[in-house]
Amino acid sequence: MEKLELYIHYPFCVKKCRYCDFLSGPSDEKSRHLYIEALCREIAFLAPLYRDWVVDTVFMGGGTPSLMSADELAQVMEQLRTFFRLASDCEITMEANPGTLDSGKAKAIARLGINRLSLGLQSAQEKELVCLGRIHTFEDFLESFRLVRGAGIQNLNVDLMSGLPGQTLESWEDTLEKVLNLGPEHISAYSLIIEENTPFYELYGRAGTCPTIPLPDEDTERQMYARTGKMLADRGYGRYEISNYAKKGYECRHNVGYWRRRDYLGLGLGAASLSFGRRFENTADLEKYMDIFSKEPSRPCDLSAGAFDLSHENIHHLTRQEAMEEFMFLGLRMCEGVNANTFRDTFGLSMMDVFGGPVRKHCQEGLLNYIEETGQLYLTERGIDLSNYVLCDFV
Amino acid sequence: MSVDQSRIRNFCIIAHIDHGKSTLADRIIEKTGLLTSREMQNQVLDNMDLERERGITIKAQAVRIVYKAKDGEEYIFNLIDTPGHVDFNYEVSRSLAACDGAILVVDAAQGIEAQTLANVYLALDHDLEIMPVINKIDLPSADPDRVVAEIEDVIGLEAHDAPRISAKTGENVDQVLEQIITKIPAPTGDVNAPLQALIFDAVYDPYKGVIVFFRVKEGRIAKGTPVKMMATGASFEVVEVGYFGPGQFIPCDELTAGMVGYMTASIKNLKDTHVGDTITNLENPCKEPLPGYKKVNPMVYCGMYPADGAKYGDLRDALEKLQLNDASLQFEAETSVALGFGFRCGFLGLLHLEIIQERLEREFNLDLVTTAPSVIYKVHKTNGEVLELTNPSNLPDPSEIEYMEEPVVSAEIMVTTEFIGPIMDLCQERRGVYQGMEYMETTRALLKYVLPLNEIIYDFFDALKSRSRGYASFDYEMKGYQRSPLVKLDILVNREEVDALSFIVFEGSAYERGRKMCEKLKEEIPRQLFEIPIQAAIGSKIIARETVKALRKDVLAKCYGGDISRKRKLLEKQKEGKKRMRQIGNVEIPQKAFMSVLKLDDK
Repeated sequence: MEKLELYIHYPFCVKKCRYCDFLSGPSDEKSRHLYIEALCREIAFLAPLYRDWVVDTVFMGGGTPSLMSADELAQVMEQLRTFFRLASDCEITMEANPGTLDSGKAKAIARLGINRLSLGLQSAQEKELVCLGRIHTFEDFLESFRLVRGAGIQNLNVDLMSGLPGQTLESWEDTLEKVLNLGPEHISAYSLIIEENTPFYELYGRAGTCPTIPLPDEDTERQMYARTGKMLADRGYGRYEISNYAKKGYECRHNVGYWRRRDYLGLGLGAASLSFGRRFENTADLEKYMDIFSKEPSRPCDLSAGAFDLSHENIHHLTRQEAMEEFMFLGLRMCEGVNANTFRDTFGLSMMDVFGGPVRKHCQEGLLNYIEETGQLYLTERGIDLSNYVLCDFV
Repeated sequence: MSVDQSRIRNFCIIAHIDHGKSTLADRIIEKTGLLTSREMQNQVLDNMDLERERGITIKAQAVRIVYKAKDGEEYIFNLIDTPGHVDFNYEVSRSLAACDGAILVVDAAQGIEAQTLANVYLALDHDLEIMPVINKIDLPSADPDRVVAEIEDVIGLEAHDAPRISAKTGENVDQVLEQIITKIPAPTGDVNAPLQALIFDAVYDPYKGVIVFFRVKEGRIAKGTPVKMMATGASFEVVEVGYFGPGQFIPCDELTAGMVGYMTASIKNLKDTHVGDTITNLENPCKEPLPGYKKVNPMVYCGMYPADGAKYGDLRDALEKLQLNDASLQFEAETSVALGFGFRCGFLGLLHLEIIQERLEREFNLDLVTTAPSVIYKVHKTNGEVLELTNPSNLPDPSEIEYMEEPVVSAEIMVTTEFIGPIMDLCQERRGVYQGMEYMETTRALLKYVLPLNEIIYDFFDALKSRSRGYASFDYEMKGYQRSPLVKLDILVNREEVDALSFIVFEGSAYERGRKMCEKLKEEIPRQLFEIPIQAAIGSKIIARETVKALRKDVLAKCYGGDISRKRKLLEKQKEGKKRMRQIGNVEIPQKAFMSVLKLDDK
């Protein structure tokens, strides 16, 4: 039976953070509830396509999914279990923000079988949190962490960000230290990306503007990155992807699936999918989505009749060449890299026949390592710093 | 079709840039009902996207319209739109030759400007009747009485009955139409005389071959007429004759003396048609060709290279096609170590260069790398030889050079008195020699300078505009050559000389220019795996240096399921960027770096 991953998008939050370009925003309780209704209809509509699949992971992202009431969460989980076949050891992750959890909700989460929580902390420094536009303090986070641990959730991730306005190497180390003392199983530590259409872009993304709080320079930012790897390694967290660290056995199966190109189905507003050899996205227009799923769709879901024509857009059938390119530029994000034998098993071609040029070039530059005996190819430390420079030669 | 000559008017509109020439043309076309207003797109005669975008006219355009006058008669107007920029005087001159009169449009607020004068003199050279029109009377700052007085005083044209119009709103445009009939003379010429027609433009059409635009001075031309080009000697049988609708060709039976139109004759060889040549009847030729146009020579040269070396042939074909109706464009093959095979091209000025470059990129879909523009230097060698240098890389060893000369221009700058100071400073900085100043009236003056051409081909026009808040206008003509201390400045990237970046510069400006070049290149050359020194040198002496630091970080922190397609696009874009780089030694230089050094502003 084939394995499927599910992504559930919840596009609402309390307040939009200043760096955030995800499809999310505040909304009133009633609209939020109507959305859950629509989402459940979408689940019921699409699930028949995957009768023969077993769901290996579920990831509820947003927005702030922890904004859902305990009842709404129960409704979604119930719908998933009714319409999909969830594996017995299914990894079920939910993103949660400090300030949106209380002990009742934490217990409900655990009771519903959600076995992994990803807590958005970003920084342990109050000044940095304010600058990002976060709604919580470090104290709030500690409280949330205690609550979910107390509810029995054994697998916790903490999201952190380096390269923040006003951040120093010292303040970053302090943030890491404080988080490490709590002993989460997993840490995601991202360098801030200034995305277009965010208040941060207005402030930092355009030349000529002079922000009052400057971003750390590139050298400091890279020091932060190097420091992260070192500190986390000392405490038993291995880096397994450019920005992800975990205690052994706690790597996020859902995210690894993205980089290994496992099939995933996105449900909810704007959610992306890789399924049946195509990539596609749900409409990002909330009104349209709500309209489509305001009632049960009149036709059954059937692949040959265009299952994804109802609410999906940008449906793209991947060619073998594109699939091979994805295999490389996604797989190389993982620290263990890609394997030539897996490549041959997957595509029936030799990896070096297809990508020998860029592989040799970047090995020569010391950015890639290729172990001929095992067929393993991976980015070196310097290669990680310059990964775009390397990866763009594989598309 | 026979039309009484007395019912034909051939005219053009001349004006300083921005005085509303194209808008008036639009309005005339609209008023004569040629297009419904729904079909009307602004600036009908500016066919090229480029012209509409920039709001300027580059190529002369012609259109035939029918006007029913108040006297009840129908008249045929051939309206020929002309460019306003100083770089395109040659185009103006060509269109004027096809006309009997010119409408002179003067802005009611700004009054006479440098190019107003230049264009008037051109029109007078061609014995055209000039009919002044005061435009933009709807502007709050409009002062038509003052402008009328100015026209009468400065140019010496009767202007008291000049129509006072707003081409924008259409106000009083009727008066213009009526005056065209009374003030602009009808063409003369004997329809029964041997054919004599002046070619004023040509375009290439892949199906019809060369389409020749001409004015019939004497005789007649029709489908089947055997014709001969008097200068090239090539002969053809006419396939089609016709006239110009807005944006389209409308075939007709015959064109007779006084008419403006086009012909096709399956002309495949671009070299057979010369703008300025005379068409006559092969079997019944006229005695003499018409006087052509004053030949204009390019003043600015630069290297143009295809970004993709394999497109060299395509670039040559494209240049040939553009040359067909732009005789001032010249080119010859050259080779650069940095850029491979390309062409050294000659232009009338920097705007002309930019326009040609954009047309090559848009109309012919070519990706180009362009080198710094250069003027023609005269290099007097110790052995007595005189070398005309258009490519700085060909400068002989300094030991072989006795002295060098550079071209200079006589420049006229019209400026309001409050900006005289800043503009004189600018001319001073550009090594200008003051020749005098004339007051046009109490608030405006005409400054006269002799300026080295190489000081005005880069960004002089921009500097002039910014220092006068847009109020100064500028015109120039070649004056000759003067001896100057000049040196060749070389740019070294990672210790390798990049021939395409070398240029000749006044000795006293070399340090400044070298420094700015290095700074600019530092911005343009992306960081690479290693540190890259950028140096400016005169001979073996390094005069400026910058360093592009090694690349430390180029990583996308986050890549989740929802943005894989987007991340892929980012990587594709980055890869595309790499493709647009030129490999010099082991350094990749983006193509735009070669162009960016042309815009070293003086702020």
